[in-house]
Amino acid sequence: MITPIQVLLLLILVFAISRVYLRTRDGSISSSAFLFWMGLFFVVGITVIDPSYTTVIADQFGTGRGVDIAIYLSIILLYYLVFRTSVMLENLRHELTKLVQALALKNYQLPESKNQNSTSKTATTNLKER
Amino acid sequence: MSTLIIIPAFNEAPVIATTITHIKKHLNGHLNSAILVIDDGSTDDTYQMARTAGVFVLRHLLNRGLGGALGTGLAYARDHHYDFAVTLDADGQHDPEDINRVLQPLITSQADVVIGSRTLSHQGKLPLDRKIIIMLSNLLTELLFNQPTTDSLSGFRGFNRRALESIVIKTDRMEVSNEFFSEIKRLGLKLAEVPIKIIYTDYSRSKGQSHTNSLNIIYKLLLRLFR
Repeated sequence: MITPIQVLLLLILVFAISRVYLRTRDGSISSSAFLFWMGLFFVVGITVIDPSYTTVIADQFGTGRGVDIAIYLSIILLYYLVFRTSVMLENLRHELTKLVQALALKNYQLPESKNQNSTSKTATTNLKER
Repeated sequence: MSTLIIIPAFNEAPVIATTITHIKKHLNGHLNSAILVIDDGSTDDTYQMARTAGVFVLRHLLNRGLGGALGTGLAYARDHHYDFAVTLDADGQHDPEDINRVLQPLITSQADVVIGSRTLSHQGKLPLDRKIIIMLSNLLTELLFNQPTTDSLSGFRGFNRRALESIVIKTDRMEVSNEFFSEIKRLGLKLAEVPIKIIYTDYSRSKGQSHTNSLNIIYKLLLRLFR
């Protein structure tokens, strides 16, 4: 028999699957990321429908209860996702730096003592791919 | 042979003109040298003060940190075919007299990168807290990048053409100081360290790296390994 909490969790799962599907279709998520999320949702779906499956896995890991292994895996997954997000954020910051650098190199200012009237000169430099 | 003196500056209006004047006085007679200030998105009059002092100024529209500013300066030196580039702090803690000492191993091809080391120097007093931070940073640099050094946080550096063309900076902020050693190791560049004089003032101490920032630097360096 399906309990109300299982129904709620399954509805959330269906909503999450629909979001991932739509994001994949518009190209925001790669096909490999789509497979990752679908695999994860499949495991979560099975666990929600029949939690006794997790007990079998938990026995293999020696944790005793299925819910414990689910929590441990969730924490590991969250740490990994936070790490990936941090790396992505650093990459974005660096892209911003490259943009600021390119603008600075393109619009450098001559010293005032050498160029009183013309205050700017467009340089021919380009920031190499770094 | 041409040399570019690179000065990254963020909100250094009270001292930037004096720093430039001192360097200019020292460079007097060196025909093939130029001074370039990178105004890293300052919110004070750093940009105008540097321009009035009569040097080239590149302006960052946003503050991107020390790594970003040095990256801009080194790119400028590379693109304008300078033979050497020397980086100095804007707060006046470096003695322009030491520029020749930093350049010497580059001119004689003994090194591709030269670090002006504060710990090798017997001139000027290095505060104890700064000594400890430098020591820990050196240890971290050796652990992460397998590159021993006596001053991984020095802002006084010299680069030859080979280094200018090959070094790739991936970090944006203070961690760039350690990152240079990663690049030296990765590219097999020859490193030399020379003693430099330290001129610590209340101003330069207040502008220096905060102790609490050290953990953030370690975190950013670890992230760099996985990028």
